[in-house]
This record gives sequence, structure tokens and C-alpha cells, in this order.
Amino acid sequence: MAKRIDVSGLTAYYGSHKAIEDISMTVEPRSVTAFIGPSGCGKSTFLRTLNRMHEVTPGGRVEGKVLLDDEDLYGAGIDPVSVRREVGMVFQRPNPFPTMSIFDNVAAGLRLNGKFKKSELNDVVEKSLKGANLWNEVKDRLNKPGSGLSGGQQQRLCIARAIAVEPKVLLMDEPCSALDPISTLAIEDLIGELKERFTIVIVTHNMQQAARVSDRTAFFNLSAVGQPGRLIEIDDTERIFSNPSVQATEDYISGRFG
Amino acid sequence: MSTAAVSHKRRSTLRGATLPKWSPWAIAGGALAVAIGIGMGAGLDSKVQWGLIAAVLFLLFTYGIAAKVEGRRQAKDRIATSLVWVAFLLAVIPLVSLVWVTVSRGVKVLDGYFLTHSMGVVADSEPGGGVYAAIIGSLEQVGLATLIGAPIGILTAIYLVEYGRGNLARAVTFFVDVMTGIPSIVAGLFILSLMLIFDMQPFGFAGSLALAILMMPVVVRSTEEMLKLVPNELREASLALGVPKWRTILKVVLPTSIGGITTGVMLAIARIAGETAPVLLLVFGNPFINNNPFEGAQASLPLYIYQQYSQSAGANAAYDRAWAASLTLIAFVMILNLAARGIARWKAPKSGR
Repeated sequence: MAKRIDVSGLTAYYGSHKAIEDISMTVEPRSVTAFIGPSGCGKSTFLRTLNRMHEVTPGGRVEGKVLLDDEDLYGAGIDPVSVRREVGMVFQRPNPFPTMSIFDNVAAGLRLNGKFKKSELNDVVEKSLKGANLWNEVKDRLNKPGSGLSGGQQQRLCIARAIAVEPKVLLMDEPCSALDPISTLAIEDLIGELKERFTIVIVTHNMQQAARVSDRTAFFNLSAVGQPGRLIEIDDTERIFSNPSVQATEDYISGRFG
Repeated sequence: MSTAAVSHKRRSTLRGATLPKWSPWAIAGGALAVAIGIGMGAGLDSKVQWGLIAAVLFLLFTYGIAAKVEGRRQAKDRIATSLVWVAFLLAVIPLVSLVWVTVSRGVKVLDGYFLTHSMGVVADSEPGGGVYAAIIGSLEQVGLATLIGAPIGILTAIYLVEYGRGNLARAVTFFVDVMTGIPSIVAGLFILSLMLIFDMQPFGFAGSLALAILMMPVVVRSTEEMLKLVPNELREASLALGVPKWRTILKVVLPTSIGGITTGVMLAIARIAGETAPVLLLVFGNPFINNNPFEGAQASLPLYIYQQYSQSAGANAAYDRAWAASLTLIAFVMILNLAARGIARWKAPKSGR
């Protein structure tokens, strides 16, 4: 079910501004890959190019290739809407739909694409909420609004919503940065479980988190403000945090960055 | 005033002398008394002048007394608060008096008979008759105008917020701004010129078209603001689920903002419900009941009020009918507003557990 991502020579622009330049990497299926790096180095932009959310911003465009199991996401005739069904996304701030109940939020992806029966929806919602470790907390109030949950619960609701459409890849853009340590732990445990089924890419500012949850870590950096961000190196997490091959990575990780 | 009297209290540097809680009321009372004195003394018989003098005196007294007792900074604070109160009263008094006069004069002939009968064979100077034809006319004309104006306005706003980029969007925004400023009589003349080209007689739908022109920019503006309030994260969340853009707009963006959009549309309806000029030109007015807005002259509430006043040569019966019709019109708009608030509350994003 999970798919491999193969990026080669990817450059992304916002209008005439080049945000990231010439990035190539491979993300293995059923693994967790963490992106670290200073603010503004293009981690989020790169993440968003992986499901073509980048194009939602006016002026956003890319050059290069992103292969999802040998199929180029930017090839001719590819529908961005179908891409986003295969490559799901969880955002920095929990964003449940305020007009919908907990149940409707999880069912949103399926229902908004039509053609689902109530009984099937029930099964999918229960399975997704269990998958997001939220079922026990909300099973008695599925018809209450999703915005009434705590921040950590809302974020797990958003993860349940994302996995309900059965994507092949799950992108997470700093999913814990708005959460307290206990909710963060819950999400990190969840990531560990989800990687059995999905390919996971996570952007994080928390290096301990990257070390805890990821199999591979990519370090991004930019040479100066206004310059495009670049991939400095990608390697096994253990190696990045113990013995990185580039000096800049070691400086960043050890806090000697400057 | 009495710095010596309060100075013994000033031991703490944090606690200064303060005026007692009731002092604003006392100052207001004093200002009013002095203003009445000045007014009587100077022989001003307008109560409005007394009130304005009292308001100015209240501000001056507040500043003077507070500056003496509490110091200049607190005095500035108090004068700002007082200004807000005075402005509030100045705004509320005409509103309350308008409602009061309309209700007290309007209830005189407003009853079931008045609402269910029309002028028919009643001469303008005689008592009797009613607004039934005008209510029907207003409902049909405003209803049709809303059916035309609201969808076009909402769709335009959706285009501007969700799709519009570049020159076309800028041009649309500019023309919506221009349309907002169109006087109602000009919209009426525009439709009238079309009617003259096609050699048509006045009919209700022509009025609806003019009202729709007046309504559209208001709907566009308010809907645009409401759509802009929908957080971008919700759109992205939906798009990231693989939902097409049009469905995202339909199922996520519009439901989130439906309360505000409804309120905007209702306010636009309230605005056009009171328009007289285009109705006078295009619908003409009709003492008889005409249920068909597509043929023949119709009545309308604002036009009815105008005609009762202007064509009755000062007959009291006609004045009473005009006031009763005004009350009906205000009630009509108010019921619409309450309905809009109800819908907004019912549809608003729910919170809580």
C-alpha cells in the first residue's frame, strides 16, 4: 500500500522567487523521514511539492520530477486532486472543519468525494479514529463538533481525517509544534504505528523529535536570507545525529549554528 | 478644587484621589440643570438646544472637576469615556424617537383589516382602505430582486475571493465599487430607458430589476468579507484530502461562512425594501390588487407611504395610513433581520463539547 517517493532535481518557485533549488532524494515505503533545518530553508515548501499543495499558493510552480512508484506527479495529464488522494497531509495547526461533527470531519474526505453509504462510512470512521488512537476518547460524542476537542485531540482528529481516505503517503508539517508534551508523545507513538501502513514524511523543528520518530533524516539549509533552500544531506537518523558527513549539519544539530 | 482636603490621603504613590462612583451622574445632573437655566434665561425654546448645551457642559465640567481632583491624565481618560457616552446618546435619541413616533402614530389604523384590504375604491382623503396591495407588491418585487441579485452577488464574491487574479478581478472590484455608489433613481432611469426602447408599460418586474442592480454590490461586498474570514487552513485541509476545489468551496468554505453571508443578504434586502424612487418610475403604484409582477402597475410599501402623503391634500385619514404603512415596512425589515440572525446563529460554526 505504501509507496516510494523519488525526487530528482526539484526546484520550486513562488512567482519569480526561487524557494528551493535542485533537491533530489528517495523516501522508502513504510519508513519515517524527518526534515530538519532552520526557518525559511524550504522544508515546508518541499513537503508541499510532494502532493502539489504548493500550487495552491498563487504563483507556485516547480521544475524537476517527483516519482511516486515510477509515476511522475508533475507529468502531463496528472490531476492534482488525484495526487492529493494518494498523498495525504497533516498541517501545523489542527484545522478540523468547524461546521462538521467529529464523525463528519473524519468522513469528510470520503463524503466530499461522493458515493459512500452510511454503513461503510461508520466502519471507515471507526477504523480511522482507532488508527489515530482517538476512538476511546470520542466514541460517545461522535456527533459533537470537532472544534470542542483539545488541541492534541484535534490534531489526532486531523490525522484520522487524513488516513480515512487511505493515502499511500502521509505528509506532516510540524504536526506537534502547537501541542503540549503529552499530546506530542501521543502523536509520536501514533507515527510509530502508522509507519507500518504508510510512507511518512515529517517536518519538525524539534531535533529530539526527529531523532525519536524517524528512520532517516534530511537536513535543509540556505546559504543566506533570500537565497533558495538546499538539501545539505540525507542519511540514516542515527548517523545524522552521531556522525554527519557535512560540517553544517553537525553545527546545526549541536546548536553551534551561526 | 480642594487639593488641601485630599492631600492628607496621598501617602501611597500608587493610590491617588479619585472621584466617587456617582460623580458622572451628579455632573450630568448638574450640567442639565445649568443648561436648562441658560436655556430659559436666554429664551431658547428648543429642547434640542438645551440638550446640546447640557452635553457640552457635561464634557467641560467632567474635564474641569476631574483635572482638579484626580489630575490631568485621569481627566483625559474621563473625557474620552464621556465623549463615547455623549456620542452614544446623540445616536440613540433620534433612533428611539423615530421608532416611538412611528409606533405611536402607526398603531392608530394598523389592524387586520388594514393589512388585508387595499385602497380600491377608497378615495385618498377618506378613512378605510389598507396596504394589502402594497404588501403583495413589495414582497413580489423585493423577492424577485433577491432571486436575481443575491445569487449573482454571491457568485461574484466567490469568483473574487476564490478564483479572481489579475486584471479581470481588479476590474470587477472597481465596478462593484462604482455600483455601490449608484443613486437609486439612476438605476431606475436605466431600466426605464430599456422599457422605453421596448415600449413597455410599468410593471413590477421592471422595479425588481432596478432593485437587483442596487442590491448586487452590497451582497458582493459583504459576501466577499465573509469569505475572506474563512481561514485558508480549512481550504488547504480540504484540498489535501483530495477534494476538488469547487467541492471545497461548496462543502467547506460556504457552510463555514453561511451565517455571515445570510446576514449580508438580509441587510441588502432591508436596504432595497425601502427604495421609493425606482419603484415610482417603473412600477408606478396601483390602488388595486395586482398579484402579477410581470404585467401592469403594482403597489409597493414605500411608494404607498409617499403617495398617501403627497396625493391626499393633507387628509388625516391618509396620514394615518402612511404612518401605519411605515410601521408595516419597519416590521417587515425587522422580521427579516431577526430571521437572518436566527439563521446565522443556527448555522454558525458550533463550539463547546
